[in-house]
Amino acid sequence: MTAGEAARKVAVNPIRSLGRSTLAAVRTVGAVGVFAVRGAAAALSPPWFPGQLMRQFMAIGFFSLPVVGLTAVFTGAALALNIFTGGGRFNAEQVMPQIVALGITRELGPVLAALMLAGRVSAAIAAEIGAMRATEQIDAMRTLSTDPFRYLVAPRLLAAVLMLPLLTAVADTIGIAGGWLVATRVLEFNPTIYIRNTVNFLESWDIVSGLIKAAVFGFIVALMGCYHGYNASGGARGVGRATTHAVVSSAILIFASDYLLTTFFTHAS
Amino acid sequence: MTQIPKLAWKGVTKRFGDRPVLDGLDLSVAPGKSLVIIGGSGQGKSVTIKTALGLMRPESGQIELDGQNVVGLSEGQRRKLFSRIGVLFQGAALFDSLSIWENVAFRLLNADGVPRKQARERAIEALEQVRLDPAVADRFPSELSGGMQKRAGLARAVVAQPEILFFDEPTTGLDPITAAAINQLISDQVRRLGSTAVSITHDLASAQTIGDEIAMLHGGKIVWRGPAADLQTTDNPYVRQFVEGRPDGPIAHTV
Repeated sequence: MTAGEAARKVAVNPIRSLGRSTLAAVRTVGAVGVFAVRGAAAALSPPWFPGQLMRQFMAIGFFSLPVVGLTAVFTGAALALNIFTGGGRFNAEQVMPQIVALGITRELGPVLAALMLAGRVSAAIAAEIGAMRATEQIDAMRTLSTDPFRYLVAPRLLAAVLMLPLLTAVADTIGIAGGWLVATRVLEFNPTIYIRNTVNFLESWDIVSGLIKAAVFGFIVALMGCYHGYNASGGARGVGRATTHAVVSSAILIFASDYLLTTFFTHAS
Repeated sequence: MTQIPKLAWKGVTKRFGDRPVLDGLDLSVAPGKSLVIIGGSGQGKSVTIKTALGLMRPESGQIELDGQNVVGLSEGQRRKLFSRIGVLFQGAALFDSLSIWENVAFRLLNADGVPRKQARERAIEALEQVRLDPAVADRFPSELSGGMQKRAGLARAVVAQPEILFFDEPTTGLDPITAAAINQLISDQVRRLGSTAVSITHDLASAQTIGDEIAMLHGGKIVWRGPAADLQTTDNPYVRQFVEGRPDGPIAHTV
């Protein structure tokens, strides 16, 4: 190989690899899109598997309560302290309850609940479905005349979309309670006035917009878990990879869609 | 007029990337017969079964069930077709979140809408057919030994009395005594149901117990086919090398 050829090869290769990764990215987006449509179609049309759905309600909703609640109470408390000190710089300490309430209901409640679910649920879904793929259980299910999209994917999507808003409502309540605790015990706010300020200030849209976000995040969390698990390949390592990808991609998609939804809601109202 | 085969592969090709796995495979099984496909690892045995099951799509060629092409069927048609098919997977592929009886009755419960009580009775009947104690019905797959899992997998495959049974490496990973018992059970069940059976294995004892006929797959093609009894006497060089387990011969060992 002459020096010229070598130089050309170096010059061409980055473009080639750029092209290759672009194509791969486009292909992945397409595959996820098709998977999402198939999953949603299975979730919205019969036959359903009520037993599987109940199981997922428990796994995704009920058993996520402790972790979501703990996250919310500490975040609410820390937020109260931070806003109190920050607000103090321009003598605005007294609006702290309102800002805590707004921050929790519109942003932190849904996002933190979704992130905890990305860690807890998306990973578990990817690992379970990935292991089923690796041990041919998904193939076996198909040969038993049962659609894995209906039996495995649809219940998880439905459960996450319905449960995450409920978990967010809990997170909102507990988060505001965390702020209230710090305000009344540490910062000497009046308990009744704190609650009255919060209630008078909050509009129903503050809460509802957060719950809508949560439903979207729930779909993302379950979708990423199912997609990466379903397409896992390469044995135990493949399952590990699927789990990592599920958590990372759901977290990123949660943040990105959070920004998009917030923009949309701001323009809409 | 010649009889229409129960299942036939006609010029089936399948490649993984640049590597051809099935290279114009022609193979057929007559109704009620048991065909065993033998061959080394990586010669396309699993792919052969997976194309027939629609778990993999061949690039070209036809796969015919009762004379009807089944390549490219829709999911719905495929699901209907599967009600006539039973499969025993290599690792049994039992659902580990379900009890043994729910595994055996999976098709009855989830596809056929059989009431739970009745499905359970049929599952226990199937478990008895494969000589599993009904007491295991409420246990979970992880609590069973490999041989018992295979039995449960066999019960799941035969519970709906399929027309065609597929066995993917039924004895791999079992000790010789358990393997012999599984072979005997498979051959009993196939005879009892009068089903057509297609098995893949590299276990010769298993091939001769289960099979009426044996076909040897090498390089994505059938290189020999004959009655099970001829396996020991044929002078086909591929079969001889495989049966005698010699490293030298027409089959280049790639390990």
